[in-house]
Amino acid sequence: MADDPGQFRSATIAVLVENEAGVLARVIGLFSGRGYNIESLTVAPVDADRRLSRITIVTSGTEMVIEQIKAQLDRLVPVHKVSDLSLAGPHLVRELALIKVVGLGDHRVEALRLADAFRARVVDATTESFVFEMTGTAEKIDAFCDLMRPIGLAEVSRTGAVAIVRGRSALTV
Amino acid sequence: MSATSPHAATQPLTMSGAEVVLRALKDQGVEVIFGYPGGAVLPIYDAIFQQNAIRHILVRHEQAAVHAAEGYARSTGKVGCVLVTSGPGATNAVTGLLDALMDSIPLVCLTGQVPTHLIGNDAFQEADTTGITRPATKHNYLVKRSEDVARVVHEAFHVARSGRPGPVVIDLPKDILINKAPYVEAPPATQPHRSYRPVTAPDMAQVRKAVALLKQAERPVIYAGGGVINSGPEASRLLGEFAHLTGFPVTNTLMGLGAFPSQDPQFLGMLGMHGTYEANLVMHGCDVMLNMGARFDDRVTGKLSHFAPNAKKIHADIDPSSINKNVKVDVPIVGDAGQILAAMIQVWKEDSQPPMREALAAWWRQIDLWRAKDCLQYVQQGKIIKPQHAVKRLYEITRESGRETYITTEVGQHQMWAAQYFGFEKPNRWMTSGGLGTMGYGLPAAMGVQIAHPDALVIDIAGEASILMNIQEMATLCQYRLPVKVFILNNEYMGMVRQWQELLHGGRYSESYSAALPDFVKLAESFHGVGLRATEESQLDDVIREMLATDRPVIADICVAKDENCFPMIPSGAAHNEMILGPGQEGGVAGVTDEGKVLV
Ligand SMILES: Cc1cc2nc3c(=O)[nH]c(=O)nc-3n(C[C@H](O)[C@H](O)[C@H](O)COP(=O)(O)OP(=O)(O)OC[C@H]3O[C@@H](n4cnc5c(N)ncnc54)[C@H](O)[C@@H]3O)c2cc1C
Ligand SMILES: Cc1ncc(C[n+]2csc(CCOP(=O)(O)OP(=O)(O)O)c2C)c(N)n1
Ligand SMILES: [Mg+2]
Repeated sequence: MADDPGQFRSATIAVLVENEAGVLARVIGLFSGRGYNIESLTVAPVDADRRLSRITIVTSGTEMVIEQIKAQLDRLVPVHKVSDLSLAGPHLVRELALIKVVGLGDHRVEALRLADAFRARVVDATTESFVFEMTGTAEKIDAFCDLMRPIGLAEVSRTGAVAIVRGRSALTV
Repeated sequence: MSATSPHAATQPLTMSGAEVVLRALKDQGVEVIFGYPGGAVLPIYDAIFQQNAIRHILVRHEQAAVHAAEGYARSTGKVGCVLVTSGPGATNAVTGLLDALMDSIPLVCLTGQVPTHLIGNDAFQEADTTGITRPATKHNYLVKRSEDVARVVHEAFHVARSGRPGPVVIDLPKDILINKAPYVEAPPATQPHRSYRPVTAPDMAQVRKAVALLKQAERPVIYAGGGVINSGPEASRLLGEFAHLTGFPVTNTLMGLGAFPSQDPQFLGMLGMHGTYEANLVMHGCDVMLNMGARFDDRVTGKLSHFAPNAKKIHADIDPSSINKNVKVDVPIVGDAGQILAAMIQVWKEDSQPPMREALAAWWRQIDLWRAKDCLQYVQQGKIIKPQHAVKRLYEITRESGRETYITTEVGQHQMWAAQYFGFEKPNRWMTSGGLGTMGYGLPAAMGVQIAHPDALVIDIAGEASILMNIQEMATLCQYRLPVKVFILNNEYMGMVRQWQELLHGGRYSESYSAALPDFVKLAESFHGVGLRATEESQLDDVIREMLATDRPVIADICVAKDENCFPMIPSGAAHNEMILGPGQEGGVAGVTDEGKVLV
């Protein structure tokens, strides 16, 4: 039941903030202080003069908690806009991962074959390792890592999700 | 002054950062600062020394500076201002800041900081003040550039007083205070802040929905809170007007006392854990509830699943995060209480649908039956002074005196008795620590109130344990000749703790006895104040009258019954209709489950 208040859902929230000292600490402190989940959080400046940053947070909770999270974010002084992309309509979610696989012989061949299937690019290679770069949804990266694990998955670095709504409507201040 | 001209930037700078701070404070209307000096803020103290526009009140502990500023702010509607040094000065202020945050009190607190080049080096008296105070403030700033000083001070005042008010910290490194800095005027009110724009005007569609619901209400209630006080005295006037227009019963939260006159026949008294029988049963039985500037606090709702089970709920609040936080509501209205009330009055009058007059009359008949229980009755017999009686007489005698009276409290049973037995007819006359429940709040808060209202009668209704938490402020009172009255309900117990131990922990009074108490009369005298004592009922009125007649700081040590409990009481985790009314009914708490016991 979508409107069951007790039901957990995941939410992808975009927050436009002033790019000033301490703003990330305010956001993270809010989540830890109030006991909200953070599945991932990404941040970077997004405008020409670097005054604005966009934070993308993937979180989960009951409808009431997600509503609280948005209201609490919105009330921070340096926050311009809060948008729940999960409600804003069809949207794209992407994550970038760098994935190191170490191995010899058949394992190298298998790794390359899987990478090809997942459209992961080789960005570094030695005689006993590869670093793959891939973008996609969190699920796709999870799946790729799962497959690489028996082959020699050695290290993973992921950005967390970034997201944007499809179509011409844009989130600006 | 030249520095304020539009060409300021091109002219040589003449003011130090500290002078710019003071100039900005003055332009923000600050008349008094509560503070305590130290190395990091010496430049500000130097600037204070060289001017006369702003008065500085030297407290004896930084926590007290913040509570004093809270008392000043709550009793005037202005922003309170605090000045403390870096490190321990700032950490001592933290309790006060959080207190102000929880109770929505507008403050600006200036903290000193080590010079910018030493930040992060564990320098002498360095603390990460913005880090420590981030969850204890509405917003905070660390000023790292001289050109930001004036702008930040102006912005801090705007943030503190607008929207849901709260405390704001400005952390000022010493080099920024010493170096020259440009002065800029506050931006005009028409120029909105880049990112912070609280909504004050309500959505009229929501107002109409609310009025439509209220017109059909058969068992309505208005539950009004501190937000009405925050909005300013006009909101309280409009609350009265709306209540009289509709004929609806009104209850106030602890923070809302004074928003509706206690003598008004439509007033039900306070609601919640120690609220009246009638207020809580009205909340339980209502079919439409109008929450005006209250936040569905757990002391008020009791067991959430049983809270007002049959009511459609309207919630008017300036802070969208207050809405649907604890209680899911049917009609949210975001905006300022005063503006919302004005809109509701207008829509109510325009709407041609008549209210449910007969049902309302039946509701009042029911309410009168509940009132007939007289839930605040007590028996004053014999010599031992009942604490309830002491507050009641204090109320009656101050009323007879006709003087403008302001009450502050500490935290505990005495605070609840003050809320129950002292009546308030106007807003801003009642100062108490509701959200954080900070023992030690009342004396410094009274100090701030007395500074703002030199001719008024200011009384701290205290407990003997709480008063010791900021007793050093007696020295401040005497230094500035502030004739605050401290009225101690001395039960020789941390009574509120003792009550919970009696009711919920098998009468095991673990560490709740006030041993080795000072002689409060001598204590007052040692601070150059006046000490009075009443040990028997026959002395009570005389002591109160003498206290009121004394134009100096007074401690009145009222020795009261030691084992009195505060009733009515909704035990933790219980519902509004599971109230305990008085002694003999404590059996009612036997039903408190462990789930209830975990609640505070
Ligand atoms: C020992 C003890 C016992 C207590 N027992 C009780 C009790 O029995 N009953 C009781 O009521 N309390 C009790 N309290 C106090 C309780 O903890 C809360 O502090 C209190 O109930 C909160 O009051 P409030 O809901 O009015 O909200 P406040 O804390 O005053 O908050 C104000 C609300 O109004 C909003 N607001 C602010 N400005 C505006 C504006 N301009 N327009 C519209 N909205 C605005 C805010 O966003 C906020 O939601 C007790 C405290 C202690 C220490
Ligand atoms: C700073 C602080 N510490 C502890 C508490 C917990 N507490 C609440 S009431 C109370 C006892 C207060 O005793 P007293 O001041 O004598 O008031 P009484 O209840 O006896 O009227 C205590 C310890 C608190 N509220 N604040
Ligand atoms: Mg006591």
